[in-house]
Amino acid sequence: MTRGRGIFAWNRPAASVEAISAAPVVQVRRFNRAFGSTAVLRDLDLEIAAGEFVALLGRSGSGKTTLLRTLAGLDPADIESVRTPASRAVVFQDARLLPWKRVWRNVALGLSGDDARERAGAALTEVGLDHRLDAWPATLSGGESQRAALARALVREPRLLLLDEPFAAVDALTRIRLHELVLSLWRAHAPAILLVTHDVDEAIALADRVLVLGDGRIAAEETVELPRPREGGPAFQALRRRLLRHLGVELAAPRPGEGELVALPGGKAQS
Amino acid sequence: MTATAAISPTPTKALALPRGLERWLSPLALVLLWELGARTGLIPARILAAPSTVAATAWQMTVSGELPFNVLVSLGRALTGLAIGVSVGSALAVAAGLSRLGENIVDSPVQMLRTLPTLALTPLFIVWFGIGETPKIALIALATTFPAYLNLYNGIRGVDPKLIEAARSFGLRGWDLVRHVALPGAAPSFLLGLRYALGVSWLMLVVAEQINASAGLGYLINNARDFSRTDVIVVCLVVYALLGLTTDAVVRALERNVLAWRPSFIKS
Repeated sequence: MTRGRGIFAWNRPAASVEAISAAPVVQVRRFNRAFGSTAVLRDLDLEIAAGEFVALLGRSGSGKTTLLRTLAGLDPADIESVRTPASRAVVFQDARLLPWKRVWRNVALGLSGDDARERAGAALTEVGLDHRLDAWPATLSGGESQRAALARALVREPRLLLLDEPFAAVDALTRIRLHELVLSLWRAHAPAILLVTHDVDEAIALADRVLVLGDGRIAAEETVELPRPREGGPAFQALRRRLLRHLGVELAAPRPGEGELVALPGGKAQS
Repeated sequence: MTATAAISPTPTKALALPRGLERWLSPLALVLLWELGARTGLIPARILAAPSTVAATAWQMTVSGELPFNVLVSLGRALTGLAIGVSVGSALAVAAGLSRLGENIVDSPVQMLRTLPTLALTPLFIVWFGIGETPKIALIALATTFPAYLNLYNGIRGVDPKLIEAARSFGLRGWDLVRHVALPGAAPSFLLGLRYALGVSWLMLVVAEQINASAGLGYLINNARDFSRTDVIVVCLVVYALLGLTTDAVVRALERNVLAWRPSFIKS
């Protein structure tokens, strides 16, 4: 493989302590965003280090997606308050594959050079879709579509990977497998990741750091120091409890042999 | 097995024809009645020639080269007009669909013009272009511009903005965005417009060929009318129908290729 044309820069070391302490990949300073007279984000500060996996939690309407779209360059932002790397890629909740292009052409979208098919093929192999290279997107399952979307994002070797609730629309079993896939891709390529989600368990299972968005700014922050894979345990539960409290959800005290009941303010119960 | 065999309606086997064949029974009966009426003198030849006479005439006209020559003239007119109309309509649609400026300049005049029945322009076209080939082709071109324009314009405007946004997030800009997202996304609408335009082009051809033609199917029909040759008229009508069917089949084949990605075509 020729130098500099590696599929995903295989030889790049995973994020080391030095890399994390280096200049942040994302730097947001006192950022404001309003729709009409409604302020969505107010004086928001955010930093993401190179190779760091950050999850962003928030209730619906809290501005999670607005923040992600700003970082993706899809929404306007002034250069002073928002700094992001030029190489960034987004995976959307709906995979957004172009239905008229075969899967590999979707992955190769916007790539130049004669080796576009090879690079797309390698990326699809890595996400486990090497057998669907020439399939039409309409024939993919929800999980397969998201794998293709991940391949399309990663083939660009982004320094910042933005995931906008990418697992929200797939079934629970597929979600677990996609979690594993994201972690292995993150270890192999070490992009900084911002995962927007409303699923507290997903945030704890995947991220180095979990942020809670509230009142237009980062209202709370938890560093997750549990070893992966994180599959529960007292520390997991305590963290989950704290994050849910930040989101305005008080859990009833767990009793032995009983499932937990989540009480939402306003009297609605959610399991 | 035995139970179902007992229930299934086997006794009326004599009437059980394949479905495809069944559908031809009634038209066939009508043709036979028509032939019978002509033979018995119930339908005089100057009103409507017998099917057998029509078939014989068609054969004679084909062998003499008269029919193929005139069909080619008509086909040439229709396809030339169609090509011009669809090209102009598509160019306008791309301009109006992709830019606000283009929409402002193009869309309102086109929307106003399309309400005008194109056939009403025939006298004006004769004044402008005389009675040669030009007014005939111009009529067909003008009439086919509108379905091509309207469908492609709506198709481009109807492309999912989320897909455009995703493509932009992967660095596509300008012409690449048009080539990879806008035009393929509008292809189903374009092909629908093309089918409409084809239908319109045959309609306009029939009228346009009434303008002092010296060749073509319309010329054959006009001549035949002067000599009360109903057999020739029917031959030409059948040819018009066959041309319409053939071109429609061509567009449908085109759809199967261009729109192979659509779920409705993937299965088949």
